[in-house]
Amino acid sequence: MSTYVDHAHNAHDDHEHHDSGSQTVLGFWFYLMTDCILFATAFAGYAVLYRNIANGVSGKEIFDLPYVMVETAALLLSSITYGFAMIAGHKGNKTAVLGWLAVTFACGAAFIGLEINEFHHLISEGHGPQVSAFLSAFFGLVGLHGLHVTAGLIWMTVMMIEVAKTGLTGRAMTRLNCLSLFWHFLDIVWICVFTVVYLKGAM
Amino acid sequence: MSHAHDNASHGTVKSYVIGFALSVILTAIPFWMVMGGGFTKQATMIGIFAFAVVQIIVHLKYFLHLNFTQEGKLNTFSFLFTALIIVMLVGLSVWIISTADALMMR
Repeated sequence: MSTYVDHAHNAHDDHEHHDSGSQTVLGFWFYLMTDCILFATAFAGYAVLYRNIANGVSGKEIFDLPYVMVETAALLLSSITYGFAMIAGHKGNKTAVLGWLAVTFACGAAFIGLEINEFHHLISEGHGPQVSAFLSAFFGLVGLHGLHVTAGLIWMTVMMIEVAKTGLTGRAMTRLNCLSLFWHFLDIVWICVFTVVYLKGAM
Repeated sequence: MSHAHDNASHGTVKSYVIGFALSVILTAIPFWMVMGGGFTKQATMIGIFAFAVVQIIVHLKYFLHLNFTQEGKLNTFSFLFTALIIVMLVGLSVWIISTADALMMR
């Protein structure tokens, strides 16, 4: 990697990044922007369909806000612990990275566990996605977010194995940076979910 | 790479803690507004959406480190463009379908 002074001298190289790693992270950011559009379509679908309860239950009858608050807390906590993992990573502290990733994984897994329990409860009470357009859109949107978090958890497991085996290489740090964007991005999507679906629905 | 530069693009313990504290507050208030704030429906609606927008900005700044520096502005502008597309996609979908719905019901 070029030094900071070298970099400043090459004024015409301004668009060139420090290394290929930061270009990979930028490319991953563009992927996340397309993922935003995917979520936007799911939100648009929900916004259009949520009134069509087809004589089934409405959000007000099934949403349990204290429960959603615990889910939100688990995800928000996992955001800050992932941040601590990244800070430890930039300091080159492998043990701390693995520790914080494990804590983040536990919070994310708790979130998914709570969500699966919520879905299981709703379906066993007869409020499955086949009942109404509202419930289809609800399971589709919240489930899409849950699938993303699950993918993030699998990715995090792979990263923990990579870091444990080969250490904090440049390659591992680039990947951890991408996962960092992915993980924080999912927390932002969750803000939209608890506002648009749960809070608005429970009103 | 200087240390100061490192901190600017990756955040510090302090910046994460500030972001986390703000997020807790910005989450607690809208939940309280809905669960027992005793506001009118319209005020609650405006409140929860306003707090969501503010919290998204907090996350973008403190967790995703979006900024307007030479290095960071490409990320920031690509996000702003995406935000514009999202507003159009969701807003226009709701507008079109609700209008069509209203016309069909007549």
